[in-house]
Amino acid sequence: MFGAGGGTSSYREIEETDLIILWGSNARETHPIFFHHVLKGVRDGARLFVVDPRRTGSAEWADGWLGLNVGTDIPLANAVAREIIHAGLVNEAFVGRATTGFAELAAAVEPWTPEAAERETGVPAAAIRELAHAYARADRAQLCWTLGITEHHNATDNVRALINLALLTGHVGRYGSGLNPLRGQNNVQGGGDMGAIPNRLPGFQDILDPAVRARFGAAYGREIQPRHGMHLTQMLEAMDRRELTTAYCVGENPAQSEADSGRTVERLGDLDHLVVQDIFLTRTARLADVVLPASAAWCESEGTVTNSERRVQRVRKALDPPGAARDDIAIISDLARRLGHDWGAPSAEEIWDEVRSLAPIFAGMSYRRLEELQGVQWPCFTEDRLEPPYLHGRLWAADPERRGTPAPFGIPRHRLPVDVLDEEFPLRLTTGRRLDSYNTGVQSGGLAFPARREEAIELSPEDAERLGLAPGELARVSSRRASVTAPVAVDPALRPGLAFMTPHFPDRVDTNSLTIEATDPIAGTAEYKATAIRVERLSGDGPAGEER
Amino acid sequence: MTERSEEIKRHAPVVTRPDEGGLTTVVPLAPPRRLVDVTVDGEPVRVPEGSAILAACSGTPTLCYGDTLTPKNACRVCVVEVTGSRTLVPACSRRVEPGMEITTDSERVRHSRRLVLELLGSSTDLSTTPGAAEWSEEYGAWPERFGPRGEPSTDRDARHPGAHEATDGATAATVAQPAKVDNDLYVRDYGKCILCYKCVDACGEQWQNTFAIGVAGRGFDARISTEHAAPLPDSACVYCGNCIEVCPTGALSFKSEYDMRAAGTWDESRQTETTTICTYCGVGCNVTLHVQDNEIVKVGSPHDNPVTHGNLCVKGRFGFQHVQNRG
Repeated sequence: MFGAGGGTSSYREIEETDLIILWGSNARETHPIFFHHVLKGVRDGARLFVVDPRRTGSAEWADGWLGLNVGTDIPLANAVAREIIHAGLVNEAFVGRATTGFAELAAAVEPWTPEAAERETGVPAAAIRELAHAYARADRAQLCWTLGITEHHNATDNVRALINLALLTGHVGRYGSGLNPLRGQNNVQGGGDMGAIPNRLPGFQDILDPAVRARFGAAYGREIQPRHGMHLTQMLEAMDRRELTTAYCVGENPAQSEADSGRTVERLGDLDHLVVQDIFLTRTARLADVVLPASAAWCESEGTVTNSERRVQRVRKALDPPGAARDDIAIISDLARRLGHDWGAPSAEEIWDEVRSLAPIFAGMSYRRLEELQGVQWPCFTEDRLEPPYLHGRLWAADPERRGTPAPFGIPRHRLPVDVLDEEFPLRLTTGRRLDSYNTGVQSGGLAFPARREEAIELSPEDAERLGLAPGELARVSSRRASVTAPVAVDPALRPGLAFMTPHFPDRVDTNSLTIEATDPIAGTAEYKATAIRVERLSGDGPAGEER
Repeated sequence: MTERSEEIKRHAPVVTRPDEGGLTTVVPLAPPRRLVDVTVDGEPVRVPEGSAILAACSGTPTLCYGDTLTPKNACRVCVVEVTGSRTLVPACSRRVEPGMEITTDSERVRHSRRLVLELLGSSTDLSTTPGAAEWSEEYGAWPERFGPRGEPSTDRDARHPGAHEATDGATAATVAQPAKVDNDLYVRDYGKCILCYKCVDACGEQWQNTFAIGVAGRGFDARISTEHAAPLPDSACVYCGNCIEVCPTGALSFKSEYDMRAAGTWDESRQTETTTICTYCGVGCNVTLHVQDNEIVKVGSPHDNPVTHGNLCVKGRFGFQHVQNRG
C-alpha cells in the first residue's frame, strides 16, 4: 500500500497493541503462529474483533464477531467509516496533514448508515457502531486481513476500504498501529519483493520509471522494456486469444488451484508448449510437454524468503534432492545457456548480493546479517543500521518535505459477488483452508493428521435440515459451471444460506471446478470466496467424486 | 560469559532513528537494564537486573526450567543456597538482588540435588533425559537404594485421588507404564514423565492456548492427561507438538524418534540440524530439521526466534512427508 506491497507492522507490534481486527482471516487455523502473537496481545489486554461470514476458531477468541454476508465488506467498512466521521472520532490532525480526498470519502460513505449497512451485511447496527468506536478510540490498533478480503472480484476496492479506516484514525505508520495482509504462502511476499509481479522490478521499483530501468539496464547490459507484463489471470485470457502459446510454470499447480479449473485445464492443453518445473508430477505437470524435476525450495536448496512482517529470512539446504531433481538456480542457468546466455553457476548468495546492489530496500541485508539477526525486515538500506519495524512513519513527520506524498483515500464502490444467488442457485459457497491442510494438498496430503476430516460440503444446521440432509450423506453440489458429489457435514459456525468447502482434496472433490473465474481487474485474484450453488440429495451411495 | 552478553543484547533497544526530525522514538524502549553484582561461590559475577539466579550460575542442573516459559519450580534440581535465606532457593525463578551471595556447591545443595535425582531416578525412566546420567554421577545419586523398580502399571489413568496403595517397602514405586502410541505423529511415554508441567503450560495459556492436557490425580498418582484420559485423536489436541518442543525428558517424542530408538537406529552423532523456513503459510516460521541419512527425523524451532519463540503448527512440525522417501 502507498507504493510498496507489504504489511506495515511487525509481529511483536501485534502483541503490544490495544486492539486487533481480523477481517476475512481465520488466522487461528490458517496462520497459527501469527495467531500466537494475537493471543499474546489478547492475554495482555488487547481487544479482538473478527469480521468473517463464519464464526471461526479465531472468532471464538474475539470480544466481538461481525458475521457479515459474503461480499459485503465494503458496506461494512464504509459504515464503520461513516460512524467514525459522525461520532467526531476522525484523527483530524493526521487526516489534514497526511491524506487527501477526505471530503470525497465522507460523501461516498454518507449513505451507509449503520442501519443501511445492517440490511446489506447482516451485521447488527450496534455491532458496527461498537467496532467503529473501539477502533477509533484505541491508542494503537492493528487491522489484519487475509483472502476473505482479496479473493473477490473487487479485491482491490475491499483493501482500499480497509485502508480508509486506518487513515481516518491514524492507525498506520506508528509503533503498534498498522495494516497487515497475512500472506498465504511462504514466499508470496518474497515473490513480489523480487519483482515477480507485472509492474515492478525487484524492491518494488516501478518498471515505468526511466531511472530505475537505466540502473537495471546498465547492470545487465540490456535495455529493460518500459511496459507491464501480465499477471496470471491475464495470461490465462491471453491463452484464449492465442496470444500466449507457451508457458513455463514453476512450482504452481494451476490445473487444480485456479478457479473454474476445468477451463484452466483446457487452456493449458491448448498451448503449443508447456514446461513445468516442480517437485511433484502434479496435475499441471502431467499436461506438460517437458517436466523439469526441481529440488524442494525450502529444504533442498539455499536462498531467502520474505514473510508477512517483511522479514527476509534464509532458507537452507538440509536434504539432498532425490534422483535427477536439481536446484532451481541450476535449472534456470542451464536454460539460459541453451538460450545463448552464459550466466555461469552463481550461488544463491551471489544472486542475493546482485539483488542488494540493484534494490535499495535490501541493500543492508548481507547473508551474515540475515544469519546474526534471524532475518531482517525490509527496508534495510545500509549495513550499519536497522529501520523501524513498521512502514510509513513518514506520514507523521512534521516537516512536509519529509512527510512526502500524502496517502489518498480510496472511494470503494460496493458491488455484490459476480455469481449471483437466485432460485436455482440459492446458497452461497465460500472456500478456505483447514488447519492441517494446504491448498491443493500436494504438500500436505501425506501428513498423517489424526483428526483430518474428508472433504465435505459443510452446511448450516438450518439448511441441512431444510434440505433433508444428514451428516455423512452424499449430496450433489452444483454451480453454474460444474457439479461434484461430496458428503455432507453440519457446522453450527455457518449461518443459514452459507456453505463451506476446501480445495484440499481435488482428486476426490474438485471444489475449484465449482468456483467462478470472476477476477479483480487490478490484482487479478479470482472470486474463490463467493460461488452460487445448489445442494441436492443424491439417491444411491455412489462414491464421492467429480461430475461434469 | 557468552550467555550473559547475549542476554544483554536481546534486551538492548531494537532501533532508534535520532536523525529523523519530527519523529521521536520509533519503538517504545524499555528502561535500560542495569547490571547487578552478585557472588557465586565467592566469585564476583554481573548479570542484568531481573535475571534469575540461573543466569549467574552456568552449569547448574535444571529439568523443569524452560527458556520460553514462566518458571514452575517443580523439579527442585536447580536449588542453590543464598546467604540469609532459611531454605534453599530454586535458581530458575529466584531473581538476583544486588550483593546476593550464592553458593552452588555446598554439602546442603549437593545433598538436596542428590535426593531429588534419586527420587526421580528411582520412579522415572531418565534414560533419554539429557544431563541426567552426568548429574547423577556428579552428585552421587544412587536411586537403586530404594530397592528394585516396581512393575509397570496399566491402570494409572483410572486411579482416583487418594486411592494410592502403599508399596511393600521392598520395591521402588515407579510411574512406569506402557507408552501411549495412539497416532502416527507423536508418542506419549509417561514412564519418563517427571511432571514438570512444561507441556501443560505450552499447550495452555503460555503459547498454544489449546488446553488439550492438564494434570490429573493427586500425589504420586498425579499425571499429565487429556480430558477423561481420551486418546489424542479424541481429545482437543491439534498436534502442534509444542509440548514435544519443551519436554525435558523425552517423554514426548516424534513417532519417528520413538520408532528409531526402539529399532536401535536413532543416532544423534549422525544427525545434522539445519534451520530453514517452513514451506506452508506466509508467517515465516523457522524450522530446525534434524536429519539422519537424508531423512527428516524430527523438527523443532529456535527458542529465541522472533517469529516462533520455539513454537510451530502441525504443518510446520509434521508436514514434511512430501520430501521423504523420494528415492
